[in-house]
Amino acid sequence: MGKIQLKKVTKKFGDTQVIPPLDLTIEDGEFTVFVGPSGCGKSTLLRMIAGLEDLTSGEVAIDDTDATNTPPAKRGLAMVFQSYALYPHMSVRKNIAFPLRMAKMDPAEQNRRIEAAAAALNLTDYLDRRPGQLSGGQRQRVAIGRAIVREPSAFLFDEPLSNLDAALRVGMRLEICEMHKRLQTTMIYVTHDQVEAMTMADKIVVLQAGVIEQVGSPLELYHTPRNVFVAGFIGSPKMNLITGAEAAKHNAETIGIRPEHIDVSATKGTWSGRVGVAEHLGSDTFFHIHDTGLGDMITVRAPGEVSFNTGDTIHLTPRTDQMHRFDAKGLRIA
Amino acid sequence: MATKASRSAARLMMAPAVILLLGWMLVPLTMTLWFSFRNYLPLRGGDLGWAGFDNYTRFITSSAFWPSVQATLIIVGAVLLITISLGIVLAILLDQPMWGQGVVRILVIAPFFVMPTVSALVWKNMFMDPNSGLFAYLWKFFGAEPVSWLSEASLPSIILIVSWQWLPFATLILLTAIQSLDSEQLEAAEMDGAPPLSRFLWLTLPHLARAITIVILIQTIFLLSIFAEIFVTTGGAFGTKTLTYLIFQRVLESQNIGLGSAGGVYAIILANIVAIFLMRIVGKNLDA
Amino acid sequence: MARSITNNRKALNTAIAWTIGLLIFFPILWTILTSFKTEAQAIADPPIFLFFDWTLENYAVVQERSNYTRFLMNSIIIAGGSTLLGVIIAVPAAWSMAFVPSNRTKDILLWMLSTKMLPAVGVLYPIYLIFIKMGLLDSRIGLTVILMLINLPIIVWMLYTYFREIPGEILEAARMDGASLRDEILYVLTPMAIPGIASTLLLNFILAWNEAFWTLNLTAAKAAPLTAFIASYSSPEGLFYAKLSAASTMAIAPILILGWFSQKQLVRGLTFGAVK
Repeated sequence: MGKIQLKKVTKKFGDTQVIPPLDLTIEDGEFTVFVGPSGCGKSTLLRMIAGLEDLTSGEVAIDDTDATNTPPAKRGLAMVFQSYALYPHMSVRKNIAFPLRMAKMDPAEQNRRIEAAAAALNLTDYLDRRPGQLSGGQRQRVAIGRAIVREPSAFLFDEPLSNLDAALRVGMRLEICEMHKRLQTTMIYVTHDQVEAMTMADKIVVLQAGVIEQVGSPLELYHTPRNVFVAGFIGSPKMNLITGAEAAKHNAETIGIRPEHIDVSATKGTWSGRVGVAEHLGSDTFFHIHDTGLGDMITVRAPGEVSFNTGDTIHLTPRTDQMHRFDAKGLRIA
Repeated sequence: MATKASRSAARLMMAPAVILLLGWMLVPLTMTLWFSFRNYLPLRGGDLGWAGFDNYTRFITSSAFWPSVQATLIIVGAVLLITISLGIVLAILLDQPMWGQGVVRILVIAPFFVMPTVSALVWKNMFMDPNSGLFAYLWKFFGAEPVSWLSEASLPSIILIVSWQWLPFATLILLTAIQSLDSEQLEAAEMDGAPPLSRFLWLTLPHLARAITIVILIQTIFLLSIFAEIFVTTGGAFGTKTLTYLIFQRVLESQNIGLGSAGGVYAIILANIVAIFLMRIVGKNLDA
Repeated sequence: MARSITNNRKALNTAIAWTIGLLIFFPILWTILTSFKTEAQAIADPPIFLFFDWTLENYAVVQERSNYTRFLMNSIIIAGGSTLLGVIIAVPAAWSMAFVPSNRTKDILLWMLSTKMLPAVGVLYPIYLIFIKMGLLDSRIGLTVILMLINLPIIVWMLYTYFREIPGEILEAARMDGASLRDEILYVLTPMAIPGIASTLLLNFILAWNEAFWTLNLTAAKAAPLTAFIASYSSPEGLFYAKLSAASTMAIAPILILGWFSQKQLVRGLTFGAVK
């Protein structure tokens, strides 16, 4: 079981309020991602759940039991750190065994679990090495192995992939997702990378300055962002946000249109501009368009190969049914 | 992480070290200050009462004071100059590719581990003795008259001995600093067409500035209080009486505690002026 | 980076570096060589470098006449005792400053350092007086305490810089893995701290071994360590080169060997972590 509830949780560092009163429920078995720009309090929130950080006020409940004052060791949660935090003086085997040893588990059972975890994570050949002799990806696996063997009620991940190179990151992302499908254990995952959030999460929690901006499934966030912040944060390339006269035409303070929801044409369209940089990805083409009279540069994503060159005039047509409208407070207009 | 309980535990764990050092600093310091205002002559009647600032003025106006300041400054200045300039050269040399680098390093560092009394005596007798010292043979070999080093060229001799002891320290720290210089920086400069001398002047030297400052400050603090080297060579004769040695003589040899303590206060003030600069650098580094 | 350097260039570097290295090491080498000569050969004109009749006689004479073993024991007890005592007091202090820092930690560290800057001669008489009053003059225990106090700031600093390099996340990981405070210290912190503690012990043993102000001024016969033993050769015995050399070699040999092991820690220990 691994249902985690935060009730009116706050955190102050000195006089600085990092987390204003915050409520959140994470259901058993859910893969929840905390996402937000750096300094938004997502890691602090995770560490408060872990018990590594004291609450200023409020309550953390695990499986409907108040765990606010339970030390981290007794919460039954496992954590994977950004730096992996492997014990450098222990072999891989001993690293993975450490939580079991702390729980005074029967050695035979310890070995069974270590072998199983090592097999699942492709670490069998490395069990007798020291962490210093492993590559970044392997260290990451050891850290995960150390978390799995305990069979915790929930896994906490603190930006676990940010020290890996791009290719490895994609692979590990997939492995963690598969692990979740297999174990069906609650996972809370902190990242600043919205792509990780979108690809992995059952539920995304978008945070800014300690405040939850929106909670929802990846597609909910994509289709109906609650405010301008979420609209700009989720999706890549970023949503175009247009203010001023063009927005007023749609009875809004700000309108948002995603790059993939704009059609391009050489001859006619609602807006027109000049092509700046064109990024050809093969599957898609990104155009950065200047001089549209809409304020900022507009980004467009056209499927496949579309041949416009720098300096060409281009006509744009936004799909109005995919347009997002926001009021003066930045909130979504339904 | 830092809960209230762990904070009070931390304070308790620091207490022994803090209390000991506090006592070590305050008790003798207070006593020195007290004695410096007393007319205190243990062999001639003991504590003869209040002396006001007499000891302070007498210490400065005594005929031995200015020569001792001069000797101190010459020794400290010359040793700093020699150890740092040679230290830079050696550090750069040791940073070059060569065979047996580790062994050379060990050879160069070795003098630092020789206890001061040994190095002073070995130099005094086996090298600088005018009759059978190695230098005497060398001079005779070239047809020159052997020099009676420690009496005729006493300051340079002391400077040579002390420099030999401290050159390893300067070299080692400067070598560490050179090795931390980003090689890409030097390669970038090379691509920009900077010849080796310019690369040294505009990249290596500024990079070493901090290390050089630290060497200067730390060595100054130690050099201001060199003692054994003078104690076993000249005993303070032939113009080698440094401030430290003068105070030592006033206190333990002539047992004029009041006068010696006033000198001690001067020495403490002097050391503190240097220390303040050192602490600034160390403190800044602590934040980083 | 990986540019091939001509062997000529490398040979030149090697030749220059070895020449300078041997020149700097020469006084030590000469002392060691002379210690195996007879007195007559030691002052031979011209000096004999290697081809003399090697003898151990000087070592026997020095040992017999000045009781080297007693001085050696004093050095070991005083340097070892002061270092151990210092580390025992410093480990908890450095641990708490590194892992439970407060906004005063930095001030305390700098203040500790400032006590190291206190010129010994400035407090010579008070210490002398206290030692007389407490009957500590010429005692091993008194000297051990003094050397512990003068090196305590360096010990705290070295340990602090080592402890600070142990990442906090590892201790948190241990806590998440179910380790109690005792387990955390026993299985995670201590094994990771041992190399740092060992280096600290080593460097401070060397510093205490070579300390020559307090050891010369606060001892006479009973508690005198090797620094004083050598100083007694000042004159006129110092003119017996072979014996002086034998005595010197015996005084520096143990520490030269230890020193070579500690050269990496030397920089950190003596610059208070300001140069790494």
